[in-house]
Amino acid sequence: MTGLPETPVDTPPNIVVLDLAAEDLRAVNQRLQAAKPEDGPFRILHPRGAHALACGLNVGIDVEIEGHAGYYCAGMNKSARITVNGNAGVGVAENMMAGEVWVKGDASQSAGATAHGGLLVVEGNTAARCGISLKGAHIVVKGNVGHMSMFLAQAGRLVVLGDAGDSLGDSIYEARIYVRGKVASLGADCIEKDMREAHREELRTLLDRAGCTDAHIADFRRYGSARELYHFKVENLDSY
Amino acid sequence: MCGIVGLFLKNRALEGQLGAMFAPMLIEMTDRGPDSAGFAIYHDPAPGRFTKITAFHPDPGFDWEAVCDTIRAELNATVADHRGGSHMVIHTDAAPKAAARLIEAADGKIQIMSVGTTIEIYKEMGLPDKVAEQFKLRLMAGTHAVGHTRMATESAVTTAGSHPFSTGLDLCLVHNGSLSNHNRLRERLRDHEGMEFKTENDTEVAAAYIANRLDKGRSLHGSLEDALSDLDGFFTFVAGTKDGFAVLRDAIACKPAILAETDDYVAFGSEYRALVGLPGIERARVWEPEPAVVYSWGRGAQ
Repeated sequence: MTGLPETPVDTPPNIVVLDLAAEDLRAVNQRLQAAKPEDGPFRILHPRGAHALACGLNVGIDVEIEGHAGYYCAGMNKSARITVNGNAGVGVAENMMAGEVWVKGDASQSAGATAHGGLLVVEGNTAARCGISLKGAHIVVKGNVGHMSMFLAQAGRLVVLGDAGDSLGDSIYEARIYVRGKVASLGADCIEKDMREAHREELRTLLDRAGCTDAHIADFRRYGSARELYHFKVENLDSY
Repeated sequence: MCGIVGLFLKNRALEGQLGAMFAPMLIEMTDRGPDSAGFAIYHDPAPGRFTKITAFHPDPGFDWEAVCDTIRAELNATVADHRGGSHMVIHTDAAPKAAARLIEAADGKIQIMSVGTTIEIYKEMGLPDKVAEQFKLRLMAGTHAVGHTRMATESAVTTAGSHPFSTGLDLCLVHNGSLSNHNRLRERLRDHEGMEFKTENDTEVAAAYIANRLDKGRSLHGSLEDALSDLDGFFTFVAGTKDGFAVLRDAIACKPAILAETDDYVAFGSEYRALVGLPGIERARVWEPEPAVVYSWGRGAQ
């Protein structure tokens, strides 16, 4: 590859630069998927809103994406640490299993959808349905989240430093939500709950991991399931 | 699915490059809508009391000259700017509605694409790059443009069913989504407001609704706010008027949308990748429009 951009002096010696202006998206993804744990770090230039970038990475490499990414960026991530220095499109880190995805700008709809594990941090805002059907991952959003966030979330945590849109946590199961700002409305079966010591501890840990060390735990409220919706009740037998 | 794009220039120095900036946006949205493509472009204002009428005939070899002669004889109209094979732009100082009716009456296959002082609408079946090439979009100058690539779901793949739709002077609308109350609303607009419809398409109803609100003196911004309570269904809309440009998403916001703004322009895309070729996009303010919030820009009084 020719025309490598000048790299800063503190650039790690093994850095691999992949330029999507010059290389095919599929070739770049295959290069990342074939990486060994000691490879990299990888720096991806000119993402230009490409879809499905840096998906399905099974080893713990570092990937920096320099610009705005398209749909499903870092989907199915298993171990990699992926940073988007820009915005991410629909479904960033969807179905992540572990690892870390860090979006420096905003994320579109369904950020972290169905993610089982790992940490997703969004420095800006997310659009609707953040953490939809979450299955165990942790999400920290430093701005606001859109409507229907954590819809049907089964496990995992969402921390929002800004405000939450309508119908937060609709039909939520055993996931937890912490919000510092205003909640436009709570969804069906989602209620505010007491903040106990265990919750304060896990919130502090999540905030620290996301670099929000100066955020005050006391400013947050906790929301979760009223458990009225998903337990079978014998008095409802006639409905079936 | 469908793809929609829009570009509204704030810097008049860029007007000569409008088509060159806009064509790649439309073509990038090919995977979202390969069935047909179309665009409305606002340029070359008709002088004085003249109106521009863009008309379509499916036969590229159609004898427009005979139609032109009829128009000249009956309407004292000048005829100019015949582009591509299927569209022509007619300048006339006759009453716009009467002129449009006369043109339509000349041949059963003629369709009126748009009427206004600055709008022209071009649309055809086929891939967006072919459509852009056919009408030499890249060479067009103008103040703003709105485009659509269609993946048909709700009505047939025809030129008439392609977007943009125009149902009022200088108004155009493109739509990603589907409306669920368009049949009843069409009846209401036809029976009580005297609006005319050419297709069974849901977007045409939304365009007629907005045209009707504008006729009643509402601003483009206000008309779209009204649409939030009267239109039911999924939509991301981009609308253009002679000097305005607006974006609206329904409250559920299933259909994607990205806006970018610099000192030079406002750009809309279904996806960010439609915007990547624009000058200065790396430094633009890029954001996803909020559900049920009207965004509008204009020149002069809006």
